[in-house]
Amino acid sequence: MLSYNFEYYKPKSIKEAIEQYQTSKSQDKKPLYYGGGTEILTLGRLNYIYTDAIIDLKGIPECKEFGFQNNELVIGSTLSLSVFEENKVFPLLTNTSKEVADYSSRNSITIGGNICGQIFYREAVLPFLLSDSTVIIAGPSGVKKFLINEIFNKELRLDEGEFLVQIGTEKEYLKAPYLSVKKRKQWDTGYPLLTVAALKKDGIIRFAFSGVCPYPFRSIQMEKILNDKKLSYKDRVLASFEYLPSPILNDIEGSDGYRLFVLENTLSNILSYLGGEELE
Amino acid sequence: MNRYPTNQRFTINLEINKEWYEIDILASDILLDVLRDKIGLTGAKPGCLNGDCGACTVIVNNQPIKSCLMLAIEAIDTEILTIEGLKDTPIQRAFVEHFAFQCGYCTSGFILICQALLLNDNNPSPEKIKTWLSSNICRCTGYKEIEESIRSVINNIKNQSIK
Repeated sequence: MLSYNFEYYKPKSIKEAIEQYQTSKSQDKKPLYYGGGTEILTLGRLNYIYTDAIIDLKGIPECKEFGFQNNELVIGSTLSLSVFEENKVFPLLTNTSKEVADYSSRNSITIGGNICGQIFYREAVLPFLLSDSTVIIAGPSGVKKFLINEIFNKELRLDEGEFLVQIGTEKEYLKAPYLSVKKRKQWDTGYPLLTVAALKKDGIIRFAFSGVCPYPFRSIQMEKILNDKKLSYKDRVLASFEYLPSPILNDIEGSDGYRLFVLENTLSNILSYLGGEELE
Repeated sequence: MNRYPTNQRFTINLEINKEWYEIDILASDILLDVLRDKIGLTGAKPGCLNGDCGACTVIVNNQPIKSCLMLAIEAIDTEILTIEGLKDTPIQRAFVEHFAFQCGYCTSGFILICQALLLNDNNPSPEKIKTWLSSNICRCTGYKEIEESIRSVINNIKNQSIK
């Protein structure tokens, strides 16, 4: 039960959604776009999130698309994570998203909600950072396309009134060699310690991280060192730590030191698995 | 922070267990509260109210959903199945025969996630059973008996198909 009520709107088009957002704003209200609602409902119950008006995006056809257009896999932002568990067209996405929360929660959590949420982990963004995906953003200034690596910096940089409509990933990335490793301190479900996703393209292994810092990220500087064949795996990993963003998470799931210890081993294993040749 | 109390109410029709209910709700009413407090279907249990425990699991359009994570207004145009709609199903009998409950608080949620799994796949792999059932928590830790229950139903389905 939430301690407050809100208005509810379910627009049938992008234009209608944006207009409703602006109408609510002009009435000095705080509207929120709504996908699966898991974060709004759980944090709202604790009064960490407040809204006067919910604008449910699940009625917008573009936000529900899933399929190939030209050379791209197009994924609507309101598709639930469980969709990718059944449909393995993008195996890295399947493997990364199937570790988020649990199965029935993944029926509610949407891909857009996970990427745009407040939770540290937001693992669903990792495959898209690695595959240089594009995002379609709609807002008062129109519908625009961006490279995700240009607009995702700690979070998806949305302006007031904007929302994520779709993500596009070129076919060549869908079948590239990959590995997604999620480490928990204990048990097979629950919040992770960290997740590392990796994808090999043109002989170079790309890396994206969740649970290391209070936001997901991909680091080109770390990738350069992690692919430096003049160094051993261990030296590469340790040298790459020089470029880790800060702060390293230090919370109930694990201390910063423990996270780095686990990260070191995880990266070495990924290098070994994906065939980053090691200097002996 | 400005707070604007809204009087916006909705009269909605929900299809639950093949029956229709007309109810008056607030937009912020979660499905769990509406099922229990407005319709009187108290089989879905309030546990963590945070999407962690699965005691409030219901089946929406053949998929298990935690009803604490869904607004009632989102359930318009869906088919909802609660434990009250599962009379004399094999999975219910299996839970009784295998003593798959102790305090019973998590039982309706577990039965429904098992039923949802069987609706989607009547021969799930052990890994898939584990993945789906990991959505729910039994604090009495009766997991072994719960797993035996669903396996017995799967085995019965297999045996019947062989005959």
